[in-house]
Amino acid sequence: MSVPRPGEAWREAPLLFERSRPGRRAGRPPQPDLPPADVPESLRRSRPPRLPELSEPELVRHLTTLADRTFGVDTGFYPLGSCTMKHNPRVHERLASLPGFRDLHPHQEDEAAQGALELMWRLQEMLAEIAGLPAVTLQPAAGSQGELTGLMLMRAYFADRGEERDTIVTADTAHGTNPASVAMSGYKLEKVETDARGNLDLADLRGKVNERTAGLMLTNPSTLGLFDEGIEEVARIFHDAGALLYYDGANLNAVVGISRPGDMGFDIVHYNLHKTFSQPHGGGGPGGGPVAVRDTIEPFLPAPLVVRDGDAYRLDSNRPKSIGRVRGFAGPFGVFVRAYAFIRAYGPGLREMSEAAVLNANYVLAQLRDVYELPYDRHCMHEFVLSARELKREHGITALDVAKRLMDYGVHPPTIYFPLVVPEALMIEPTETEPKERLDEFVDAMRRIAGEAEEHPELLHEAPHGRPVRRLDEVRAVKQPVLRYLFDGDPALVEAE
Amino acid sequence: MSYLSITDADREAMLAAIGVSSVAELFEQVPAGVRLGRELDLPPPLGEAELVRHLEELASRNVHTGAELSFLGAGIYDHYVPAVADVVLSRGEFLTAYTPYQPEMSQGVLQAIFEYQTVVCELTGMDVSNASGYDGATVAADACFIARHVSDRRKVVLAEALNPQVRQVVKTYAPGFGLEVVEVPHRGGVTDPDELTAAARDAAAVIFQQPNFLGCLEPAPDLAEAAREAGALAIAHVDLMSLGVLEAPGAYGCAIAIGEGQSAGNWPSYGGPHYGFLAAQSEFVRRMPGRIVGETVDVDGRRAYVLTLQTREQHIRREKATSNITTNQTLLALAGLATLSWLGPDGLREVGETCLALAQHARERIPLEPAFEAPSFKEVAFRTPLPAREVVRRARELGVHPGYALGRDYEGMDDVLLVALTELRTVEDVDRLAAVLAEVTA
Repeated sequence: MSVPRPGEAWREAPLLFERSRPGRRAGRPPQPDLPPADVPESLRRSRPPRLPELSEPELVRHLTTLADRTFGVDTGFYPLGSCTMKHNPRVHERLASLPGFRDLHPHQEDEAAQGALELMWRLQEMLAEIAGLPAVTLQPAAGSQGELTGLMLMRAYFADRGEERDTIVTADTAHGTNPASVAMSGYKLEKVETDARGNLDLADLRGKVNERTAGLMLTNPSTLGLFDEGIEEVARIFHDAGALLYYDGANLNAVVGISRPGDMGFDIVHYNLHKTFSQPHGGGGPGGGPVAVRDTIEPFLPAPLVVRDGDAYRLDSNRPKSIGRVRGFAGPFGVFVRAYAFIRAYGPGLREMSEAAVLNANYVLAQLRDVYELPYDRHCMHEFVLSARELKREHGITALDVAKRLMDYGVHPPTIYFPLVVPEALMIEPTETEPKERLDEFVDAMRRIAGEAEEHPELLHEAPHGRPVRRLDEVRAVKQPVLRYLFDGDPALVEAE
Repeated sequence: MSYLSITDADREAMLAAIGVSSVAELFEQVPAGVRLGRELDLPPPLGEAELVRHLEELASRNVHTGAELSFLGAGIYDHYVPAVADVVLSRGEFLTAYTPYQPEMSQGVLQAIFEYQTVVCELTGMDVSNASGYDGATVAADACFIARHVSDRRKVVLAEALNPQVRQVVKTYAPGFGLEVVEVPHRGGVTDPDELTAAARDAAAVIFQQPNFLGCLEPAPDLAEAAREAGALAIAHVDLMSLGVLEAPGAYGCAIAIGEGQSAGNWPSYGGPHYGFLAAQSEFVRRMPGRIVGETVDVDGRRAYVLTLQTREQHIRREKATSNITTNQTLLALAGLATLSWLGPDGLREVGETCLALAQHARERIPLEPAFEAPSFKEVAFRTPLPAREVVRRARELGVHPGYALGRDYEGMDDVLLVALTELRTVEDVDRLAAVLAEVTA
C-alpha cells in the first residue's frame, strides 16, 4: 500500500463562523401575511444569536469538506475492537426514509401506526429468539442506557421480593460503562479478576459473591475476545446466591445463532443495535440498546411495551410494576427499522455472520502472533487483543505509535490501551463483512510496522504523516479548554475554582 | 441475502492459515452445554427487493404527517428539514464513522461537533455544550446528576408544565442518584414563581420548560430568579427553534439549558433517533456528561480538534465518571447544525415569528375557547365541548389530525386539545382546522 501525500489544501478547513458573511443566507422560511404576534418584551430575545450566515453552495461545500476529512467504514478498514465496525447496508437508509416511517408522529393514534407497531413487535420477537429470553423492551437509547436499565430492573426485582442487595460484580476486563452504570444506579462495585486462560477467576469470584450481591455484569465473549469457558459454573455461583446475571451485548456479534445469553444463564441482556445489527455509528451515534429479560423480570420492564391483541398492535403503558420510562416514546424507531431489515435479510443465516466474524479474526490473529505478543494463547472469537509490550521494551515503540502509523497505511487504528489488564493493548475486530484482501493488507501493514519499529522507529514516533493534521497537543486542550468558537471580543473559558 | 465477502476458496485458504480444518473448531471454546444446537427460529432470508417491498407494505399502514393535515406536536414537531441536512445524513464518512477517538482520522466530524457546540451555546446563552445526549428526556436526568454533585441537597423540583415524558424519565433515574422528586402544579397553564421558590427551598435544582408543555410562555426570567432565590440551580428546558425570538436561558440566569433537538433538523420518525442537547455555564464544565470537543494544535502548530476533558468519562474514569454515556446522537446533532446554519439568524427569527403569528391566528380563528390566557409560541390549548380524544377521532375521519389530547397526561384535562402550528402550516390550513373543529364539536 502507498502512503497518501495529500496537498496542503486538504489541511485547511475554516470554521462555519469564519465562512460567514453578514447578510448572506440560505433558507427562507414561509412568512404568512399575518399581523405580528403580541409577546411580552421581557420574554423576547434581547440579542440575536450569532448563527453563521452562509449561502447554500458555501454551506454544502463546508459540510463536504468536513466529510472529506472524516474516515468511516465506507472509506476503509476500521478494525476498532469491541465496536463492531461492519458494513452498513445502504438499503437501510432508504427504508428508514420511507415517509410512512420518517414522517410518522410518535403521538399518532395506535390504529394509525399499525405498520410501525408491527415492525417493533416483530423485532421484539426476533431479538427474544436471538437472546433466548422471552421479553424485550426496545426503549433504551444505547448500550450504556441498556446497562442502566438492567441495573434498575435488578433493583426493582429485589425490592419486590423484599431483599436488600447492594453490590454488583464486574470483571476487570469490563468496558468502562459497566462500573459507571453501577455507580449511576446507586450500587456498590466489586471487581473480579481474570485467570491465566482469560476466563473469570472462579476462586476469586466465589469469595466475592454473597447474600449482598445483586448480580454480575459480564461481556461474553469478553473484551479479550475469549468465550468464558467456565460460564456455566459462573451462572451457578450467582444463581445459588440468589443473584442475577447481566449480559453486556457489546460482543454478541461473535455468537448469534451459536450460543444464546439466556442459555448461558443470563437473566438480563442488552443488545447494541449499532454493533451487531448494523445501525451506522454516525460519528458517535445514534445507537439502540434494547433489553431482554426472563419472565420473572418482565413485570418491571420500562413502559410502554408493544403488545399484540389478535391482529392489532398497541403501546401498553399500563404496567404497574414497571421501573418507569428511561427515554422518550417507545425508543429510537429509525434504528429499529434498520435492525429489523438487517435481521430479515439474514434470517437464520445470522449464524453465518458470526462464523465469518470469528473466521476473519482468527485469520488475522494467526498471521500476527509471531510479531506481536499474544497474552492469552487461544483461538479468539470475533476479536483479539495483542500487546506491543515487547516493541516498547526493545524499540521504545508503543501501542499508540503502531496505531498512528496504521493511519499512513489507510487503515483506521484498532482500539488501544483496552482492556486494562493487557499492557500496550491493541484490540482488533475485523468484522464479518471484510473480504480476505483487506485482511491481507492489514496483516501486511502490521508486519511492516513491526519491521519499521526496528529499522525506522522515528517513522512511527512521528506518525501519522498523511492525515490533515499530525499528532495533537491533547494536554493543551485540557489545560486551556476552548470548547466553542470565540467570536471577536469573547472571553476565553474561565473556570470557577 | 447477506453482506459477507468470504468465498469458499477464501475460507479454505484462511482455515489452512489458521491451522484448523473447520470453522466449528474455532468455536470449541463454547461449552457444549450452552450451544444452541439448532437453527434460530427466524423468518427466511429476504433479498433487497423483497425487503423493500415488505417494509414499504409496513410503512403504508402508518398515517404520516404528509397523509393527513396534522397539528400534532406535544414535544415532537414537523418543522421543515432542509435538503442540506441530507448532506450530513447521506455522506458515508459521517454516517459510518465511530466516535472520534483518533483525532487525525476524524478532524471533519470533530470540527462539526465543535461547530454544533458553538451553535448550541450561542442559542442558549451558555458557555459550554456537550456533543449531544440521547434525547430531551435523558438530558434532564443528566442535568439532575450535575446538580446532585454540586450541591448537598437531595431534591429536585419539576414544574408540572414540564413535558410529562421528561418528568417520567427524571423520576426513573432519581432513586439511583439518591434524589427525591417534587412537582409544582401549574396555575392557569403557567408556573407560579412564589410557589416555585417555596418548593425549592431545600432543592438542588429546578427544571421548568419554555415554552411549556401546555403551550404557554412561562414567566421564565421570574422562574429562574425564583430558583436562585431558593439556592437551587435554574435549569431551563427549551426549544432551539424558539430561540430566534425568545430570550436565551443564559440571559436570565439559568445554570443549565437542556432540550429536545428534534425540532431543529430531525424528522419525527415515530420518536427517534433524535438528539438531546445540554449546555451549561462554565463553572459546571468538569461535571458535564458525555463527549466534548475542544480546539488545540498539532505538533506543527496547526489548528485541530479533539475529544477533551475525557477524565470526566466512563472509559477513563469508570465508576467515578460523570455519566455512563458512550454512544450519543452525533449524526442527528450534525443534521441540526446543518439546519440551523441553513436558517441562519434571520431564518431562525422568521420561523419563530411565523410560529407566533400562526398561534395568534389560531386563537382567533378556532371556534373553541383557549384553555389558558398566557401567550403561546407555537402551540395553543383549547377547551373542547366533548372529550378531546373523541374530537381527535372524529376530526381524523375528515382527514385532519387536530392535535394532542392533554388528558393523556393531565388529570382534569380530558377536554383540552393541544394544537401545534409549525411554519409548515398555512393560514388556509388553520382555516380548515377551524372548519373541521366546528363541524365535529357542533
